[in-house]
Amino acid sequence: MKTLLIAECREGKFLDTNYELFGFADKLGATSAMVLVGRQDDLPAFAGKLYLADAAKFGEYNPDLHKKLILATVDQEKPDYIVFGHTSYGWDLAPRVAAALKAPQLSEVVGVADGGFELPSCNMKMRRTVKPQGTPVLLTLQGGAFPVLKPGGTPQVVPLETAGEPGVNFLGYEPAVAKDVNLSKAEIIVSAGRGIGKPENVPAIAALAKALGGELGASRPVVDGGWVDHAHQVGTTGQTVSPKLYIACGISGAIQHLAGMKKSGFIVAINKDKDAPIGEVADVLVVADVMQFVPALTAKLGK
Amino acid sequence: MKILVCIKQVPDMESRFKPDSAGVWYSDTDLAFRMNEYDEYAVEQAVQLKEQLGGEPEVVVLSVGPDRVVEALKKALAMGCDRAVQVQDPAAHLKDPWQIASAIAAYAKGENFNLIFTGLQSQDRGSAQVGVTLAEILGIASVTTIVGFEYADGSVTVRRELEGGLKARVQLKTPALVTCQLGLNVPRYPTLPNIMKAKKKEILTLPVGELLHEEARSVTASFYAPPKKSGGIVLEGDVAVQVDQLLDILRDKTTVLR
Ligand SMILES: Cc1cc2nc3c(=O)[nH]c(=O)nc-3n(C[C@H](O)[C@H](O)[C@H](O)COP(=O)(O)OP(=O)(O)OC[C@H]3O[C@@H](n4cnc5c(N)ncnc54)[C@H](O)[C@@H]3O)c2cc1C
Ligand SMILES: Cc1cc2nc3c(=O)[nH]c(=O)nc-3n(C[C@H](O)[C@H](O)[C@H](O)COP(=O)(O)OP(=O)(O)OC[C@H]3O[C@@H](n4cnc5c(N)ncnc54)[C@H](O)[C@@H]3O)c2cc1C
Repeated sequence: MKTLLIAECREGKFLDTNYELFGFADKLGATSAMVLVGRQDDLPAFAGKLYLADAAKFGEYNPDLHKKLILATVDQEKPDYIVFGHTSYGWDLAPRVAAALKAPQLSEVVGVADGGFELPSCNMKMRRTVKPQGTPVLLTLQGGAFPVLKPGGTPQVVPLETAGEPGVNFLGYEPAVAKDVNLSKAEIIVSAGRGIGKPENVPAIAALAKALGGELGASRPVVDGGWVDHAHQVGTTGQTVSPKLYIACGISGAIQHLAGMKKSGFIVAINKDKDAPIGEVADVLVVADVMQFVPALTAKLGK
Repeated sequence: MKILVCIKQVPDMESRFKPDSAGVWYSDTDLAFRMNEYDEYAVEQAVQLKEQLGGEPEVVVLSVGPDRVVEALKKALAMGCDRAVQVQDPAAHLKDPWQIASAIAAYAKGENFNLIFTGLQSQDRGSAQVGVTLAEILGIASVTTIVGFEYADGSVTVRRELEGGLKARVQLKTPALVTCQLGLNVPRYPTLPNIMKAKKKEILTLPVGELLHEEARSVTASFYAPPKKSGGIVLEGDVAVQVDQLLDILRDKTTVLR
């Protein structure tokens, strides 16, 4: 079995998360070659074949040309699986390659199952086992679902080129807004989720954070809705935190939120839904109405 | 200008999911359905563009699925879309993203849309494939995960969200497709007068058989709840008791309470 691993380079750097692709290939017991649109001076620790295109020439986001580069490699390698991370790069690029190859794509793979792959559904409450029909198969892997594996060594570099016009024009990056709140150093974080119901309830969550001597965190909908500033957002598109105590108030536990807080020392979740996926990582799940429980807890702490 | 918005109807994610009798998807009974959250941003952006251009563009909203999806289409019409298309199949067999994109493409080909808006992903399956695949079949440019959108003179400039708060600015020429991420705008609530007005708008029904001639490239073999990791303590019952129980646990298991 042969895998073609599609690595990602962002702001000039080979991402460490690319090593999860090797973890996956190892789990399949497959051999691997890698494709990277990146830099000659920042190569993966891997002794196999690396198809390398220059990011200075082809850009870090240039889906049409990256698609062509991958297609050229597929032609040579004839892989069984073409594997991406389920990131902004992978979910953008994989369907383009799949459409060109007329090949099946399975998104956000979390496990390998008999004759197929496990995919999450319904906000991780449920799973599906899906069987691809035909080869090659394109897969995008959920971040953290497979172990990081650094094979070690120096790759045999095969230069990769293509020609053509890009369909979109990358104008440049906008850096993340400077953060006046540094959640990564907080020992205690109390986060507000959509389950708090309305912006008027944010102060009650902030009051609990204060009573505990901690910081206020938030899930994305609370930030998108303008209830809490983005500096407080926890998750893949916010901050990654690992306090000693994390209290999730009315947060369902979507993967993008979990990715930002699951390394916390002790996790308490307050949720009215006993089946909420946050229960999977919580040390304590309090099944209650968050706006009844939180003020009661704060009051008791004040005594 | 002609604009297409693709929407999916999904169950409320706070529901309890049970496998259907075939064991490959959820059973519809007892589920409340709504418009996919990501697609609300797509509808809103299309309607805002129509308003920006003085009402000139025609905004068509489309959904593939059984008859219940008409409810989601009606909401989009009440938000300001001009007409709706339901690609319908009473047999309601589950399709893969490739087939959904192919069916939509078969409809879109003859209509020459200048812009297509889709959600980044659906809430129930989350493949994040239909939008890009549709663009590839139609041979038009596309960008995923947009959190900012501007249009001027046939050119679209978007902010594309990456991990960790980083964003990229990307420009593309119409015809183009964009997939919309949470927070792109603030989706409006349909007002009562607009709900009434929407009742007069056209909803066209097309049998899926007229549009879809592709085989599935993947099939769901089973649908199930993941095994519970548990180990965690679950506190239920009276709030005052829960508060005391939690404080006891925190004193016992953590060092953060002074
Ligand atoms: C590319 C990408 C990046 C993302 N990045 C992030 C990110 O960085 N951070 C992030 O948080 N999300 C992120 N998201 C969004 C994520 O997928 C979820 O949509 C989001 O985390 C949901 O937030 P929530 O849990 O607050 O809301 P919901 O999922 O709506 O959950 C609300 C919860 O509150 C509970 N509840 C409701 N009422 C009550 C009550 N009265 N009492 C107690 N409980 C109640 C419900 O049972 C439910 O579990 C991202 C998504 C994508 C696609
Ligand atoms: C005949 C028929 C019956 C179906 N019956 C069911 C059913 O009973 N239950 C069910 O949940 N699904 C049903 N579907 C839909 C189908 O299973 C999924 O929509 C499809 O697999 C897309 O995958 P996804 O949800 O992961 O989309 P993603 O690729 O994650 O979706 C991305 C975006 O594509 C667009 N999109 C996705 N699906 C649709 C759609 N159906 N219509 C319009 N735009 C869409 C939306 O803008 C969405 O935000 C049916 C489809 C057909 C053709």
